[in-house]
Amino acid sequence: MSEIAEGGGNDQHKGKKRAKKSSTRVDMTPMVDLAFLLLTFFVLTATFSKPKVMSLVYPAKLDPNAPPVEQPKINNAITFLLSEDKIYYYTGQFYPENSPGPKGPTKLEETDFGTKGVRKLLATKNEYVLSEKKIYGEKLDKEQIADSTYLRHISEAKKNKKALKVLIKTDDKATCKNFIDLVDELKIAEIGVIAPVELMPSEFSLIKSKIK
Amino acid sequence: MPKIKIPKGSPSIDMTPMVDLAFLLVTFFMLSASFRSSEPVDVDIPTSISDKIIPENVLLITIDPGGRVFFNMSDPEARRELLTNMAGKYQIGFNEEQIKRFSFMSSFGCTMKELPGYIDMEPNARKQFNTPGIPYADSTANAGDNQLKDWINYGNRAALNSGKTAFVEAKNQGKNPDANDYKPKFILRVDSKTLYVHAAKVIDVFRDLKLNNLNFVTSMELAPI
Repeated sequence: MSEIAEGGGNDQHKGKKRAKKSSTRVDMTPMVDLAFLLLTFFVLTATFSKPKVMSLVYPAKLDPNAPPVEQPKINNAITFLLSEDKIYYYTGQFYPENSPGPKGPTKLEETDFGTKGVRKLLATKNEYVLSEKKIYGEKLDKEQIADSTYLRHISEAKKNKKALKVLIKTDDKATCKNFIDLVDELKIAEIGVIAPVELMPSEFSLIKSKIK
Repeated sequence: MPKIKIPKGSPSIDMTPMVDLAFLLVTFFMLSASFRSSEPVDVDIPTSISDKIIPENVLLITIDPGGRVFFNMSDPEARRELLTNMAGKYQIGFNEEQIKRFSFMSSFGCTMKELPGYIDMEPNARKQFNTPGIPYADSTANAGDNQLKDWINYGNRAALNSGKTAFVEAKNQGKNPDANDYKPKFILRVDSKTLYVHAAKVIDVFRDLKLNNLNFVTSMELAPI
């Protein structure tokens, strides 16, 4: 491949006897073959992306001996209920069948993990934080504010009353992939308060009736 | 018309630059390759947009699709301390060789009784070792055999101690270390197909110990613009 063997024919057409000039070149083909073989092996086995971590703060467990505290009324909250590759949600307080709220018992809405499903939903529900982020992001790009100011404004916006709070409840069929996908969507939508909490029996029966 | 002269000589190409480049790349990939330590279970981790890299001082809990739990810790010194404490609590003796092997072991998921035998195994044999994982119980069940809680609790203390030493050392070297970087972090490595209820039980063990700040291992995917 690299070298075509010459010689052999050389010494015929000249009468003079000469010391045979042998080529000083070495045939590199096998070496090159090996080099590329190794190269292919290492390229294919190389893992470039080191695994990353996604942090999530869980709500602290309540002391069972402590006196029960009145649950604060959550405004502007959405609750996601996860089942196997399915995602349901309701907004605000939960009203079971037997004690309906002002608008009757809570009904579950269904959505999906796609960009048109949960992402769009969160983008509209959490418009306040996202618009704040856009405003300050533009200011940051024009170098009107510093990095730290930007981060402070974002974290303030996330804590604002108008920011969306999210509760995640999972049933017995939901996988970790479902859960992490949802948390990922929440991080994309800049949700500040994410609370994975336990499913209530009344909610569980509601999911079951929805799946059937 | 003049005759076109065909240049005589071999039609060989000088391959030296190509070979140079090939070897350069080989060398680069060889040196940058890091071989994964063999884990007892293969886990298909979920993806997220998070770009936070895994911190240094960690306690890592792996949960496989069947809900088995495996424990791992990054710091060899802390592992030594952890095993000594666990041996004391469960009245199981380990010899010096076993402690040494333990401090450089990858994840393990076996009961305290099985542990000495597991440590003595060759790394390849460990993969075939049939184990129900580290026993754990959530707070609702009568917490009889909650070995995971002890592993996490003692592991946390040992990692705190070794982190403190590392922090003081860094300070003495004139650096300006952030104490938070040296505190142990808790990492959950879950398979995509693991049911969340399994993970929730392990998370409950953490929450019982008042460790609420957890991390999930994910591989990175591109964030939407």
